[in-house]
Amino acid sequence: MKEEHKKERTKGQTLIDLFIGFLRVGFFGFGGGPSSIPLMYKEAVDKYGWTTSEEFGDILAIGNTLPGPIGVKVGGYIGYKQGGILGVITAVGAEVIPVAIIMIIVLTSLASIRDQAWVQGITYAVVPVVAVMLGSLTWQFTSKAEDALGWPITIGLIVFSAIMLEVVGIHPAILIASLILFALLKPQKKGSE
Amino acid sequence: MKYIEIFLAFFVSNMLGYGGGPSTIPLIEYEVVTRYGWMTMSEFAEVLALGNALPSPIATKMAGYIGFQQGGILGSVVALLATMVPAIILMLALTGVLYKFKDSPKVKFLTCLIRPTIAVLLGSLTIRFVTNSYGQAGLFHTVLLMLASFVFIEKMKIHPAFIITGAIFYGAFIIA
Repeated sequence: MKEEHKKERTKGQTLIDLFIGFLRVGFFGFGGGPSSIPLMYKEAVDKYGWTTSEEFGDILAIGNTLPGPIGVKVGGYIGYKQGGILGVITAVGAEVIPVAIIMIIVLTSLASIRDQAWVQGITYAVVPVVAVMLGSLTWQFTSKAEDALGWPITIGLIVFSAIMLEVVGIHPAILIASLILFALLKPQKKGSE
Repeated sequence: MKYIEIFLAFFVSNMLGYGGGPSTIPLIEYEVVTRYGWMTMSEFAEVLALGNALPSPIATKMAGYIGFQQGGILGSVVALLATMVPAIILMLALTGVLYKFKDSPKVKFLTCLIRPTIAVLLGSLTIRFVTNSYGQAGLFHTVLLMLASFVFIEKMKIHPAFIITGAIFYGAFIIA
């Protein structure tokens, strides 16, 4: 009975640790999911020892082969390993919910004063900044594709996608799903494994 | 049914946005602006700008806000669940299987293969943002802000949160 009591406390303590650790990850992970990975590593490996450095690398590699936000996948996995379903909810909740609430509060209050000239000015001024960031992401994706596939295939796929999306007007999800199916069904070259 | 639409919009964009947050942005935009017409291009730009200035994953912040805007607290919960739960379930269910394939050339090929498509989506979003800005803020402010952002973010590597804060002041005092 004493044992059981002790175990209970440890579990509660683990949940508190998960909450604090992932709250820090959420609040200091400026730049989105990928930039919160080093912070998660610091909490999970260096501070709390939830996983080893090697295992963390594996989780990250596996996470990258699956769809969905990377910060959520890695956080969810670590949370589950430490505290089951409750651990997942604690870790991911702490990482994501407080900042989502801040986002809702700021944008909602902005909407109620939209008619003011200075608010209009703000909304005009952020658009070009976001355009530059998106332009830079466009370039990053293009050059990463070029690294792996080479220019001829990359340009071919860009032209193909542009025609499909902008001229034919098919839903991007259908195009991406077809490409994923093609990659999975394509017969693999012998000796490549 | 609004909640089903909210669920589908975020489920589809996150399940197909291989490559994490940034690749889901144009897919979310497609659902929210083009398909369901929940917000205009410039409202979406505001959400994205604030999202970029705040910490934590971009996809969950966008889901949290857009869900709230469309369906209140329940909408926000639905959007967040659609973004996170399928990804976490896949992760937990498939870790054992994927452990063997994590370095497989097929998985790497898959991620590479959709990059050009994501690049096209991001590129077309960029062009629409620039056109939108030209229509709203005019040529002078658009070019100036774009040049300044490019130099500060890309060349001097200053964190985007500072540039967005700067743009907010510029907008409030100079454009207005």
